[in-house]
Amino acid sequence: MIDVEKEAARIAEQGESAPRLARDPINLPMINNWLEAIGDQHPGYTEVAPPAMVQVWTMAGLHGQRTLDDPLGQMMGILDEAGYTSVVATNSDQTYHRYLRLGEQLSVTTSLEDVTGPKRTGLGEGWFVTTRSTWWVGDEAVAEMRFRVLKFRPAQKPAQKPEPVEETPKAQAIRPSVNRDTEYFWEGTRLGELRIQRCGGCGLLRHPPGPMCPECGATKPKYLVSEGHGVIYSYVVHHHPQVPGKQTPFVIALVELDEGVRMLGEFDGEPSVGQRVEVVFTEVDDELTMPSWRPRADR
Amino acid sequence: MRIGDSLPEWHVEATPTFVISTALATRDFQDVHHDRDLAIQRGSKDIFINILTTTGLVQRYVTDWAGPHALVRQVNIRLGAPCFAYDTLKFFGQVVEREQQDLTIEVVGRTAHGDHVTGTVKIEVPA
Repeated sequence: MIDVEKEAARIAEQGESAPRLARDPINLPMINNWLEAIGDQHPGYTEVAPPAMVQVWTMAGLHGQRTLDDPLGQMMGILDEAGYTSVVATNSDQTYHRYLRLGEQLSVTTSLEDVTGPKRTGLGEGWFVTTRSTWWVGDEAVAEMRFRVLKFRPAQKPAQKPEPVEETPKAQAIRPSVNRDTEYFWEGTRLGELRIQRCGGCGLLRHPPGPMCPECGATKPKYLVSEGHGVIYSYVVHHHPQVPGKQTPFVIALVELDEGVRMLGEFDGEPSVGQRVEVVFTEVDDELTMPSWRPRADR
Repeated sequence: MRIGDSLPEWHVEATPTFVISTALATRDFQDVHHDRDLAIQRGSKDIFINILTTTGLVQRYVTDWAGPHALVRQVNIRLGAPCFAYDTLKFFGQVVEREQQDLTIEVVGRTAHGDHVTGTVKIEVPA
């Protein structure tokens, strides 16, 4: 484990790096390239350089190696090792003591001012590293800069994780609410009978059951036992959300029974509308047996 | 040029060509400023403008307004949201201090993602 703070204190104690020379003296071609890219049409940069270019002169360049005593380079290396591999600049405070003239040779010295972290940022966890640089022409300080970078560990994009499939025991299945109107139905499933409510007055078949016949108003419902055969009238394939006691995806079919009523239930197979099905009974526990549907070969 | 004076709004189209040519003109060869594949690999959504360019744009914004005889003494900037390729960077500014010939201008540069840069520029204008 790298002690970032201890390493930072060690580097800060080294003080200023030795002066590092700019590759080129202040020159017009580099000024013109800069003006062209920035789009600056300021007419005054024929004898002097734009002040904001000061850092450009001493950039390390394409194959540049930082000098061994460069505090920013040392700190970057330590944070790389500690896993903070990305870098972004956050602050630059530049003070220009005077304009720089063509032909002047710059050098720069840098010291480590501050290292703080680890901080949580929008980019990921990281350390703020602050350095102070001075640019020199000979022994004259011509510009200064406080520069801060965030050295960070890129935030991991959350991977697309499938929802954990919880295997819930069948006993945890959602249980039907059984009441006086429906208890005959659940009594039937326990006995392996699929019962359809039939009006004690007019004989109308209906499902789901209710207390009063919608046709004649009689309140003395009876039932008949269905053959348990029908066709899929419609269906849904349920993917989400998870349902206790079920593994997704599962199919819920609306089956039109040969007796004429429609009944919902789980279907085991590849569903298609018009498909012939027959009832199966699955005992959940002593209290509850669920009817469901499976394909039936026509005979 | 008085306290409270606003600078005219200025828009910069940060095309990939702009991002790359300014990075190279400022001698910044960090891959995140010219190589989109590596920029994405490093957790960025695209290449983005480097800080030396932002400093240059802030200076230009102020000197375009103040005129070529204004002398730039200080550019202090703080970066927020990166300015990615294809972003439009909109600059706004206002004079917040004046002490004889010394002016302080507050500048903000915004993209659709938020403030890319906030800062102050100190200039000296001719009497």
